[in-house]
Amino acid sequence: MTRELLPQPRFASVSDATPAAGRGLLSRRAMLKGAVALGAGSVLPAYAAEAHLQGALPWQQAPGRPFSGYGQPSKYITGLERSIVQPFGPTAAGNGVSFTPLHLLRGTITPAGLHFERHHNGVADIDPARHQLVIHGLVTRPLKFSLDRLVRYPMVSRMLFIECSGNSFRNTLAEAPQVTCGEIHGLISCSEWTGVPLALLLEEAGVDATARWVIAEGADAATMARSVPLSKALDDAMIALWQNGEPLRPEQGYPMRLVLPGFEGNMGIKWLHRIKLAAGPMQARDETSHYTDLLPDGKALQFTFPMGVKSVITQPSPGWALQGPGYYEISGLAWSGVDGIEQVEVSADGGATWAVAALEEPVLARSLTRFRLPWRWDGAPAVLMSRAHDRRGQVQPPRAEWIGRYGSTQRYHYNAVQAWRVEPDGTLHNVYA
Amino acid sequence: MSMLKAQAVSLVSAALLAATAAAGPDLGRPVSDAEIAVIDIDIAPDGDGLPRGEGTVVDGIDLYMDKCAACHGPRGEGVTAPALAGGLGSLATAKPVRTVGSYWPYATTLFDYIRRAMPYDRPMSLTNNETYALTAYILWLNDIVGRKDVMDAQTLPKVRMPNRDGFVNGWDAESK
Repeated sequence: MTRELLPQPRFASVSDATPAAGRGLLSRRAMLKGAVALGAGSVLPAYAAEAHLQGALPWQQAPGRPFSGYGQPSKYITGLERSIVQPFGPTAAGNGVSFTPLHLLRGTITPAGLHFERHHNGVADIDPARHQLVIHGLVTRPLKFSLDRLVRYPMVSRMLFIECSGNSFRNTLAEAPQVTCGEIHGLISCSEWTGVPLALLLEEAGVDATARWVIAEGADAATMARSVPLSKALDDAMIALWQNGEPLRPEQGYPMRLVLPGFEGNMGIKWLHRIKLAAGPMQARDETSHYTDLLPDGKALQFTFPMGVKSVITQPSPGWALQGPGYYEISGLAWSGVDGIEQVEVSADGGATWAVAALEEPVLARSLTRFRLPWRWDGAPAVLMSRAHDRRGQVQPPRAEWIGRYGSTQRYHYNAVQAWRVEPDGTLHNVYA
Repeated sequence: MSMLKAQAVSLVSAALLAATAAAGPDLGRPVSDAEIAVIDIDIAPDGDGLPRGEGTVVDGIDLYMDKCAACHGPRGEGVTAPALAGGLGSLATAKPVRTVGSYWPYATTLFDYIRRAMPYDRPMSLTNNETYALTAYILWLNDIVGRKDVMDAQTLPKVRMPNRDGFVNGWDAESK
């Protein structure tokens, strides 16, 4: 009587589905058909009266706890945290990164408290009443904006990823690191950012015809500064004030930060307090000594701003274990710094054969796109890979191609195809393939 | 985007300014030269923005040992913080060592960065003279300046860094 109180989802059975590629990859159409079947065929069964009593669970038999001012995750959720790395130890505890646990998240939006962090000298604790944004340099009239004034401006909201230029640097190392997917690729997060278009403020200040660059500076203890092309500032740059609907978190630059869609995260200056229009770049430490791409011939690429086309399978991935052979959904994230994602291919046989994954709508430019593909694991070793194509025709390169171009000591802009090896016991490992 | 296109965008913006400044929010407040002067700290590679003051290697030795050596090492060899010296000629090898001497293209960046961000535990605590002196000392550790050379707003931009021509502008290249 109490068994099967709820209808079981009626996805297309694995035996109905057509193989799409080797090692058990199924067609994305099988999954879509299944979803339609669920919508059309679900009917709730009638419950027997006595089942309410026999089946009553503890949380049904007493009032739940009352309201809370700011909701928190379930107490049963454990380990859903950023992974923190402080490479300089306790003498510089505020210099390092924390990784978004991509392997524990679904969908495309990163909770604000799990957004990756990269700080150069800690999180500034800024009193908004003492903070202002000054625009000066090659302008007709220098202006300053308090937070109170800025919030009165016309706003835009955009779903955008921010990716650290050094994301996935661990995969540039000679030995494939055996850590979770999030600890390799989690220096990317995606939010709905809301703020004032920078172009609007620049227009009010009056950009001098000789200006070509914008120097953006933060009010943190690193007084982080970067030079941004004026064309980007006038195109889609935003002074972000809200993240996923709430004021920016301190770690993300409260009370305001620069958001440069698709550009390397370091340029999105947090705790933004100064914008200076200039004829040339300032050659800041973080656009010369760091965030430049040293090539094997000894020359270094500078001002490599847009992040490349990239994807990674987040489920399953290291940090996960498969529960034996059978049906799984392969799911991951894809993105490009210059446009939207056109296609994601998935392989379960180490790249010998590929199947096209379903893309979750909406597919937005410079945002995260979720891809999915049904898979029936036969229990034998498999190597899962994903390969993204963007709408500009860029394709995610194999690791060997990336290393061939950049060598083995360059740590920025790594966007090569990720391979996860599935072991017979269901665990997954990072492999270079 | 090409320079030409950027220029066109900028002209459009200037036109928009005339049309929208009155109609738009226009909520920014005027900011005085004096207000700007105290926060306008970035140094351009041609030296624009360098303040008055001066320093030499000799002036910098004790200061460096006191404020920098614990993390960067007495000879800039790096301890918990990155190395500041050495690595010359290593960039095209299998083990490139990126330091001020081997990698940084502009000496002005050194002054700019020390002044805005160092020492790590007390940023913005150094005087301009102290910053010039530490700049001189770190350049001397890399054999780029002499022990008695004076670093100031005139001499620092003229210091030619060994890797000055080691960078390729990826943004301009993309714009072509």
